Amino acid sequence: MTLSTIDMGALATRLATLDEVKGRSPWTDARIRFSRNKAAVAGLIMLILCFAYAFFGQLIASHTYDFTDFNIMGNAAKMGQPSWSNGYYFGTDDLGRDLFARTAMGTRISLFVGVIGSVIAVVVGTLYGAIAGYVGGRTDGVMMRIVDILLAVPFMFVIILLLVMFGKSLSMLFLGIGLLSWLGMSRIVRGQTLTLKNKEFIEAARATGVPAFTIIIRHIVPNLLGIVAVYATLLVPEMILTESFISFLGLGVQEPQTSLGELISEGARTIRYGTLWQLAFPLFFFITTMFAFYFVGDGLRDALDPKDR
Amino acid sequence: MLSYIAKRVAVAIPTLLILIVISFLLMHAAPGGPFTFEKKLSAAVLANLDAKYGLDQPVWRQMLTYVWGIIAHFDFGPSFVYKDRTVNEIIAQGFPITLYYGMIAFVIAVVVGVLLGVFAAVFQNSWLDYCAVGISIGAQVLPNFVLAPILVLVFTLWLGWLPGGGWEGGQWQYLVMPVIAMATAYMASIARITRSSMLEVLTSNHIRTARSKGLPTWKVITRHALKPSLIPVLSYLGPTFVSMITGSVVVDMYFSTGGIGKAFVDAALNRDYAVMMGVTLLVGALTIAFNLLVDVLYAWIDPKIRY
Repeated sequence: MTLSTIDMGALATRLATLDEVKGRSPWTDARIRFSRNKAAVAGLIMLILCFAYAFFGQLIASHTYDFTDFNIMGNAAKMGQPSWSNGYYFGTDDLGRDLFARTAMGTRISLFVGVIGSVIAVVVGTLYGAIAGYVGGRTDGVMMRIVDILLAVPFMFVIILLLVMFGKSLSMLFLGIGLLSWLGMSRIVRGQTLTLKNKEFIEAARATGVPAFTIIIRHIVPNLLGIVAVYATLLVPEMILTESFISFLGLGVQEPQTSLGELISEGARTIRYGTLWQLAFPLFFFITTMFAFYFVGDGLRDALDPKDR
Repeated sequence: MLSYIAKRVAVAIPTLLILIVISFLLMHAAPGGPFTFEKKLSAAVLANLDAKYGLDQPVWRQMLTYVWGIIAHFDFGPSFVYKDRTVNEIIAQGFPITLYYGMIAFVIAVVVGVLLGVFAAVFQNSWLDYCAVGISIGAQVLPNFVLAPILVLVFTLWLGWLPGGGWEGGQWQYLVMPVIAMATAYMASIARITRSSMLEVLTSNHIRTARSKGLPTWKVITRHALKPSLIPVLSYLGPTFVSMITGSVVVDMYFSTGGIGKAFVDAALNRDYAVMMGVTLLVGALTIAFNLLVDVLYAWIDPKIRY
């Protein structure tokens, strides 16, 4: 086909009436890529279901999480089995408490700890890393050396030390987890900031006299959000793991409140008496939540990471 | 290289000192001393106890005594709960046990993990690869405290093959479950890291050259691909070794193996701060030592890295 065969007039009118090509923002792009990733979408659905169970499970449950059924207490292996008829959908524990309500409670606290730990990491880690990376030079050296030093601290032991010394409480747990969670994030953010800070738009901002802190908040941090979102999602299961580990040792939240780690620990202790459901149901929700977060995190990484296109 | 090691050691020392100071201050900030019991001790007894353990001295002097004891005699002081035992004795009793099963778990995790990762990468998108990826995703959500009860359920309660716990001088029946519980998650991570770095190395130029020379595949892998692809794995090993010691807390509790983890948990439950601090410092020192070792190995395995 040669050029002359194309009707130039028709082409001109077509071009003139053609709709403007709709640009796709990087976020739309990412959303499309994410929704094509089956594992990630499945993870997201599992996650929504877990959240729904964690927050509304108590409403469906026929007993409150701290109600003790004295008929069952001490005889859980025979009478505390999961059943529809008496309202104990997941069975009971040794004290005759409804495991359905308790697992909902535990899932909620575990999710809460995971999300809060991750939020602390995002806020502190992002600011710390961005400042270190942007300012650079000696400040950067000192700030990153501090991170290196803190990374060498055996944090699991320090958290346990804190919980033992100051009494176990949710706020102490948050403090301990908060101390630990932001370190990795600050390193990642610093690395990204180093590549960002020599870009033209930062130079332009600097040339027009924008103060350094405003540049960090307005120009650096928004450009880091993609990678931060990915690592924050992947941090949540790690935080849940930390909390569960501590709860497994009996140093987590206080009775009658509970968390998944504590329920698993209780189920593991009583497994010898044939009360398998005490382990199975908390374990199911623990594994599901962890899987869901990993899948969503991986999906986000694939969707947001420009390298993978 | 030597100057690099010297520099790293120079950083390690203040790190340890900071750790000592922080944990020491924490110990003093804690409400209630080690001798606060339900039944109140009389003032005279308390004064005697404080004098014996040096708690009547000003804080800075106590700290100096403590730090000096560690530096000069490697002495972490007396236990606050067991009157006739020192922290050193308690650590010396538990640590070899932890080291014993920890080492076995570490070696298994590294060997199996690397093999799995290499095979998964070489036979990418085969059933072997899918199995390896599946295992590594599964093991990620099965930390030791989740795996331990499952193992007991299967091997002790259902199959009746293995004893549910105990140590008995480290006979193999007592080792199997602690080692599996400890090694699985790390094995999976190592397999995943090895796989992805191996895949990257396999597409690089020097591998193509080696292949085009007509080298057989296994030789390409062992001679040219393995070494560079192990570098990311190496950086993972330092923290891993230390988190295995942390993991021994769960293993010791669940399988009654009597390692350092048990000492730590007992100390935590009895508020025996001296033992807790001793173990924390020991683990901190090990972390630093292993990170240093890994960095040195790094330079040795990859000549491109210069310090």
